[in-house]
Amino acid sequence: MAGTKTTTGAPTDVTQKHNKGGIGESTLRPDGTLKVTGEFAYSSDMWHEDMLWGQTLRSTVAHAEIVSIDTAEALAMDGVYAVLTYDDLPAEMKNYGLEIQDTPVLAHGKVRHHGEPVALVAADHPETARRAAAKIKIEYKELPVITDEASALAPDAVLVHEGRDDEYIKWVSHPNIVHNQPIIRGDAEEAAKKADFVVKGEYTFGMQDQAFLGPESGLAVPSEDGGVDLYVATQWLHSDLEQIAPVLGLPEEKVRMTLSGVGGAFGGREDISMQIHACLLALRTGKPVKIVYNRFESFFGHVHRHPAKLYYEHGATKDGKLTHMKCKIVLDGGAYASASPAVVGNASSLSAGPYVIDNVDIEAVALYTNNPPCGAMRGFGAVQACFAYEAQMDKLADKVGMDRVEFRQLNAMEQGTLLPTGQPVDSPAPVAEILRRVKARPLPPERQWEIADGDADVRELPGGLSNTTHGEGVVRGVGYAVGIKNVGFSEGFDDYSTAKVRMEVINGEAVATVHTAMAEVGQGGITVHAQIARTELGVQQVTIHPADTQVGSAGSTSASRQTYVTGGAVKNSCELVREKVLEIGRRKYGSYHPAWATAELLLEGGKVVTDGGEALADLAELLEDETVEIEAEWRHRPTVAFDKRTGQGNGHVQYSFAAHRAVVEVDTELGLVKVIELATAQDVGKALNPLSVVGQIQGGTTQGLGVAVMEEIVVDPKTAKVRNPSFTDYLIPTILDTPTIPVDVLELADPNAPYGLRGMGEAPTLSSTPAVLAAIRNATGLELNKTPVRPEHLTGT
Amino acid sequence: MDFLRPASWEEALAAKAEHPTAVPIAGGTDVMVEINFDHRRPEYLLDLNRVTELQDWHVGAETVQLGASVPYTKIMENLRAELPGLALASHTVASPQIRNRGGVGGNLGTASPAGDAHPALLAADCEVEVESQARGTRLIPIDAFYTGVKRNALEPDELIKSVHIKKADGPQQYSKVGTRNAMVIAVCAFGIALHPETRTVRTGIGSAAPTPIRAKAAEEFLNAALEEGGFWDNGKIITPSVAKQFAELCSGAANPIDDVRGTANYRKHAVGIMARRTLGWTWESYRSGKGRGAEGAA
Amino acid sequence: MRVNFTVNGRQQEADDVWEGESLLYVLRERMGLPGSKNACEQGECGSCTVRLDGVPVCSCLVAAGQAEGREVVTVEGLADFAKQRAEHGGCASGACGSEQGTSLQDAKQWQAKGTDSQTGEGGELSPVQQAFIDAGAVQCGFCTPGLLVAADELLERNESPSDADIREALSGNLCRCTGYEKILDAVRLAAARQGEAV
Repeated sequence: MAGTKTTTGAPTDVTQKHNKGGIGESTLRPDGTLKVTGEFAYSSDMWHEDMLWGQTLRSTVAHAEIVSIDTAEALAMDGVYAVLTYDDLPAEMKNYGLEIQDTPVLAHGKVRHHGEPVALVAADHPETARRAAAKIKIEYKELPVITDEASALAPDAVLVHEGRDDEYIKWVSHPNIVHNQPIIRGDAEEAAKKADFVVKGEYTFGMQDQAFLGPESGLAVPSEDGGVDLYVATQWLHSDLEQIAPVLGLPEEKVRMTLSGVGGAFGGREDISMQIHACLLALRTGKPVKIVYNRFESFFGHVHRHPAKLYYEHGATKDGKLTHMKCKIVLDGGAYASASPAVVGNASSLSAGPYVIDNVDIEAVALYTNNPPCGAMRGFGAVQACFAYEAQMDKLADKVGMDRVEFRQLNAMEQGTLLPTGQPVDSPAPVAEILRRVKARPLPPERQWEIADGDADVRELPGGLSNTTHGEGVVRGVGYAVGIKNVGFSEGFDDYSTAKVRMEVINGEAVATVHTAMAEVGQGGITVHAQIARTELGVQQVTIHPADTQVGSAGSTSASRQTYVTGGAVKNSCELVREKVLEIGRRKYGSYHPAWATAELLLEGGKVVTDGGEALADLAELLEDETVEIEAEWRHRPTVAFDKRTGQGNGHVQYSFAAHRAVVEVDTELGLVKVIELATAQDVGKALNPLSVVGQIQGGTTQGLGVAVMEEIVVDPKTAKVRNPSFTDYLIPTILDTPTIPVDVLELADPNAPYGLRGMGEAPTLSSTPAVLAAIRNATGLELNKTPVRPEHLTGT
Repeated sequence: MDFLRPASWEEALAAKAEHPTAVPIAGGTDVMVEINFDHRRPEYLLDLNRVTELQDWHVGAETVQLGASVPYTKIMENLRAELPGLALASHTVASPQIRNRGGVGGNLGTASPAGDAHPALLAADCEVEVESQARGTRLIPIDAFYTGVKRNALEPDELIKSVHIKKADGPQQYSKVGTRNAMVIAVCAFGIALHPETRTVRTGIGSAAPTPIRAKAAEEFLNAALEEGGFWDNGKIITPSVAKQFAELCSGAANPIDDVRGTANYRKHAVGIMARRTLGWTWESYRSGKGRGAEGAA
Repeated sequence: MRVNFTVNGRQQEADDVWEGESLLYVLRERMGLPGSKNACEQGECGSCTVRLDGVPVCSCLVAAGQAEGREVVTVEGLADFAKQRAEHGGCASGACGSEQGTSLQDAKQWQAKGTDSQTGEGGELSPVQQAFIDAGAVQCGFCTPGLLVAADELLERNESPSDADIREALSGNLCRCTGYEKILDAVRLAAARQGEAV
């Protein structure tokens, strides 16, 4: 590789020597010390001698024909090495996309959303690149904008994508629908007649941003073989690779990807951002190119959570049993498909929530519009549905005249319950129990803001440091919610991972190395891999090799799947390594002790031991200078696609359940909210690392809080332009907005999963939002069918 | 872009005289955001960090002379008794890191209606001391300082040196609405200062009109009502109807817009609520003789 | 333009600095100190927090030229900064850097200091850094450097902060992963250990 010597920030092996502990123990992160000393290199920290800076010129309008692009003035500037447009793309393939290759690498003839990349610049300084980009002249001829269901599905609507030939087009009623999924089970129409109470609701879910803190960034280094080395922050290296290589016109082996430090992801790094752009510029200039988005650009650089309109009808008998549910979920996919089809699958199949409902009539659709593209974000379609069905549950419980939690418990799913898709839930589903646990918790004390002399500590009140109330207008409310999230990739996707595990002797000690392509995005996957290796191989020292494309795919760090699938792959490869090690042992020592042939043998504490605890051999002596290395794929049980018309099919592999109780205080006059406590209970099957599990639950809970009370990308409905692309106006919770989050972790093993574990990263994001909304409704008496709730909604202004 | 680094106030004035388009930078909390996001490319940046007198304050008999670059943190820590309203406003500015850098000079120079200091300065009453090399010093009354959206009474060759703020002679309060409990730009803000010596009340409203404004009709109404009812002497609780009327007049003084941070209607509503509450807090503090009113707000 | 200032006790110089560059950019791209993070570049997230003459500031909002002649402490120098403070009897913020100075000899240690594995384990950490690891306050870690600088400064001036004090002091530092609970735990832990040590 050319110039590798002067690349700084390339990840290296991370070795954990002093941090013993197998699965089930709260071992500390292998990268923790690097991260607290500032030495951990994120993708934006990559640096190379003589590197250039890449800059992206983005569309200033949402929907327009590109009449002309003039790059001459930009190219003539000192310090500018390249200016690229669509015409400069080197290969036949000029598009990319997760499910549908509908996204141009650079806009071609037309821009479909505000902020779409149109041209690229490489220059010797970021400011030079910015000035050059500003000199590129683009003439647009604006087109009408499609911004919602009505404008998208009008008979004479402008088509966002003309000439579609993707696999979904034949099932949709209008070309501005990316994908739709109906699900019919039982007879909702007939069952509705038996309902004593029916509630209908129309709900709106705002566009949420992942707002990971580490901006999209990376470094592309051209190599002597005409290929490129790409250091980047992503969620799935191999998926990126499959999209990058064809556009560069290179075989995959000439695009060598290495995962740089990832500053959070939450779904926002599923899609390509700057990867292809940096490679194009590097290959064109022959120089390393670094691209780092600033926060403004980051809001245009990745997809967001689908905003949604949800129409629900539920019925119940007078003794509180659910009779039926009808719903239509309309997701705004924006200008490009991204993960919209899969989001539709999740939203529809999980639209009934964790409840027993035998008669359902469901439809979910995703639209093409000229709004910002939407795709993966933590909770992935299940979040929007949970917000709506949990509001419905409260309304229906009130109508029936039951306690809201008891009503949920009465209708709660259990092991064996059929989903709307007809698929039985085949592992524990402790829905009633997690509700019981959050309800049983003592409530936090009232008026905790009061300090001596009748004064108030405003930090404990709505408005916080802004000093808006000293207790005036403040009313407390309590709300509950529960949700269900699928784990892993569903609908027949071949969801596998690969792990390469090596065992060898270094300095007289048997040690292990784990190499996967799993994107560590903060979740603690590498911590768990080291724990699994210790548990399975009986070693102390484990080295984590950097994630790259020199090993098979690990699948995405999403869908709550990595501990399950790549964890499973690491476990599997460790078991295979163990078998080989034992073979060596049998060969060497088999004749000395009968246990080699008869007993179940384990690797523990650096030794081969019998299940009775007798030590048979020291691993270091057994191995000597032999190295045992296995790379193997591992997959979870297969799933099938949902029927396109009825939605029936065993599409999911596992589920995750969380419940929340929110306690809020609302300044009812000013419409300001302070969340006082967000108690949660979740079944995780088996907590491989309890400290990390609790951290995931608290983090996910807080993202749910954010979209309940403050987070929304605001798009102007007239122009489809984003109005708040900055951290000044897209607000995420600060430490003063975030309450105490007590966590109750249940461990009911799923017999089908490695160690009985349950993927758990997303579920807490589901129920947190509706719980906060329910608590605000409880405090104010308002209906509140939209999230996030704004002061205007609470004050009727 | 050129970076001018005057070592003294005189040098700074000379630089500004020579380059009237130079953009002064002190805390950097506005200017650097604009530069980082490519919203602004000034020809000259005029760094005021080395002009030490801008970091100083002097407490006199009647007024506090507050250097333009005194960080908000210092105002909170050192001037809570003399400038309680401004100290409270300072505490609502962004984050600790920003409060360590930013000062009132930046708020005044930018003259954004959302600047947190403005309502407190309007309510306390003050004069802005500006200076040019050519014409020397002049004092601009705060009421004449804000001339339009992000515009002020400064001439191109002038720099803001300090603010002469009346020392509190009575309780002052400050409230700001934002949609987050910390680190938030004002949706709208309200400042109030009781001036028992002159038996007047002054107000300031932020983010609810093209410029920071006072609610003059509300002030006049309240001054008359307090006088009429002998409230300054008898220390009685202000009649709810008077407080209500005051709040409505404050609300009516606002002339806000709809934007991504809030609606015009909400802003008018919230100004009224804040006016009523802060009047209650300051008056309660006045009548119970509990000092100058900054307490109770952490 | 040329800019000279002291970072973590070492005199540093940068040439050809564009006048619009921030202190953050110069640290990250010109001085090889990328520990301070570039999450928002608008003073809203605190991930670039450094001490400037002892005062915690967002380095993205300090023009590089404004740092001329001043003392900067970044997360890379935090362990030594804390150690010096402990050895010199906990001098107040502001005084540590500019008044007493870190000798060049001392200053070189932080860069030269080897660690015994590629995790960096074995290197000396400040109490706050260790507490962040132990409490599980680090996930993706992008907010961590700024939080550490802010939390260290809080514990320097307030040995036993209340929860509300911690929340207020860290309200300028956004974290997207943890929900802040374990960050609170970490600061409480560091304060408790600091208390035991005295």
